[in-house]
Amino acid sequence: MEKVITMAHGSGGRATGELISAIFAEEFNNDVLNKMEDAAAVDGSRRIAMTTDSFVVTPVEYPGGDIGRLCVCGTVNDLLSRGAIPQYLTCGFILEEGLEVVKLKRIVHSMAETAREANVTIVAGDTKVVEGKGGLYINTAGVGFFTDAGEVSAEGAKPGDSILVSGTLGEHHATILGHRMNIENDIKSDNAPLNDIVESLLKSDVEVHVLRDVTRGGLATVLKELAKASGNTFVVEDEKIPVSPQVRDFCGLLGLDPYYMGNEGKIVCIVKKEDEAKALEIMKNAKYGEDASVIGHVEASKPNEEGSLYSMTSIGGMRNMDILQGEGLPRIC
Amino acid sequence: MTREALTEIKDYLKNYDGEPINIMEVCGSHTAAIAKSGIKSLLSEKINLVSGPGCPVCVTPSAYIDRLIELSLKPDTCVCTFGDLLRVPGSTESLNIAKGKGARVEMVYSPMDIVDMAKADAATTFVFAAVGFETTTPVYALLIDTIVSEKIDNIRLLTALKTMPAVIEHLLENKAPIDAFIAPGHVSVVTGSRIFEPVSEKYDIPFAVSGFEGEQILEAIYGLVKTRGKGKVLNFYPEVVSEEGNTVAKELVDKYFEVTSAGWRGMGIIDGSGLKIRDEFSNLDAGSDGLTEDIKKNKACRCDHVLMGKLTPKDCPLYGKGCTPLNPQGACMVSEEGCCHTWISNYR
Repeated sequence: MEKVITMAHGSGGRATGELISAIFAEEFNNDVLNKMEDAAAVDGSRRIAMTTDSFVVTPVEYPGGDIGRLCVCGTVNDLLSRGAIPQYLTCGFILEEGLEVVKLKRIVHSMAETAREANVTIVAGDTKVVEGKGGLYINTAGVGFFTDAGEVSAEGAKPGDSILVSGTLGEHHATILGHRMNIENDIKSDNAPLNDIVESLLKSDVEVHVLRDVTRGGLATVLKELAKASGNTFVVEDEKIPVSPQVRDFCGLLGLDPYYMGNEGKIVCIVKKEDEAKALEIMKNAKYGEDASVIGHVEASKPNEEGSLYSMTSIGGMRNMDILQGEGLPRIC
Repeated sequence: MTREALTEIKDYLKNYDGEPINIMEVCGSHTAAIAKSGIKSLLSEKINLVSGPGCPVCVTPSAYIDRLIELSLKPDTCVCTFGDLLRVPGSTESLNIAKGKGARVEMVYSPMDIVDMAKADAATTFVFAAVGFETTTPVYALLIDTIVSEKIDNIRLLTALKTMPAVIEHLLENKAPIDAFIAPGHVSVVTGSRIFEPVSEKYDIPFAVSGFEGEQILEAIYGLVKTRGKGKVLNFYPEVVSEEGNTVAKELVDKYFEVTSAGWRGMGIIDGSGLKIRDEFSNLDAGSDGLTEDIKKNKACRCDHVLMGKLTPKDCPLYGKGCTPLNPQGACMVSEEGCCHTWISNYR
């Protein structure tokens, strides 16, 4: 097989067949996909969650992960945020001419490993080749099944509820930005599938009102959207927001705010106040949840202040926060 | 500061019931830090914080942006700039819009990036959009130093460099309703705190040099309220800011730049408020002279009054309606440190 992707690999002919069998079929290897049918036939459920996402991150490989791991995590975490257990994924690859085959192989291998970790089966796929500079894009779709605990919705926060976050903020954003700016540091992306945290919470008797993965736009954007969806006011405390010293230094250097930094392996969980301690313990004991923290609470809004988000600062000031304004960092996921 | 001292300052500022006082934070980084620390929620209604003309992107006049766009559309020319200048409106459009029409514009994180770009592509003339205050100018001086010593012949600078004390004096001469200033912190690191003494003494107005942490800003505000009416420069940031400033940086700047009058968005031409490349290095200048005209893209924009502390962003008819961070009509809504941008993100 050739060492780089050429337009012939997208022809649908022999070269395409070679690429699929040498890389995708070998790495994803499962009974459904191996049939190579035009559409996958799989077992179903009465009510399902579906999602789709496209991944365009540059660079495609970075400390702590790559676009393959990222696309599985992103899709799986979206399903988990609705309280659905991820089951099936599909993936569409758009490869640019000139992409090294060994690099593609590494990325597909990483994707297969992450899918196994997240306990999802990749049941269908597609490959196209376009002109370009050796880049790579992936679109995924995911299906999840709801549990007996039912659906979790963004609107579910109630006055009195406690707000928790599963770990330290900003690693993915800092990794990508640091790489692009050639700033040496040892920060690694947090991209991770959050099955253990969510499934452990749903299995417990904790009353979970909201789950939402914290991605582009950062924690503040997510919390503001959730506050608006519920019509309540959210109050968080700056000093309880988990941020690693490395990311804090990185933010200080560049004038960035961890509240608005993107993540790929963090989730916000809003639970009934009485269940706060139990939820925290479950999250801390779950994989990728060791730095979980209670960061604030939900209040009934004052008139005309529905959907507000405040952070209490270290000097006791109240900062009224909005969603990320402006552009943030492009092509981070 | 001890917890007790902080509590005492907070109590005083929250319960202050004297004559109302307007305190201007000159620097955009302070505007952003004040919002991030929630300072306004800790002050009595009689202490009013006003944002000033210290965000370099906000005070750059439209003629400069227009000239950058003109250069970026020339063949074999590439304009390099910091990200927040891309979206600043000129008289008709921004660099970003021009880029969509085929202009060659590159966003860089450091002026020094342009050196590698120029070496790799000798057929292109690279123009750096050199805007900023005393804080950034030393890096431009370093860039020129490199260009000269390495004899690189395809880099030019289009400058719109501003300096500090003159614009503050201009505000006071024009009766801006300001009783005290939080001096620009980063600028003071380079210039030293003494530079504010003449204007402070002339108008009997106190200045406080402050860091960017919430506690430091509260301490500066407390100091200013207490010294109201006195021509004193208070330094609450002595570990970083000296009286004399950074002499090495100042000497480097002096080697390549000289004082000139400068055009400020909304405020016109102010004598001695800018820097230009010295005549002996004028071959490195991409035509910066005379770019002082300032035509509003949107006639209703009130950036000029906001920059002088005469209006708050909320008093502008476009605020949050026709003018938002995604669709800025005036420069103050563009930069993360622009006053209108900070307001809409934090005080809407």
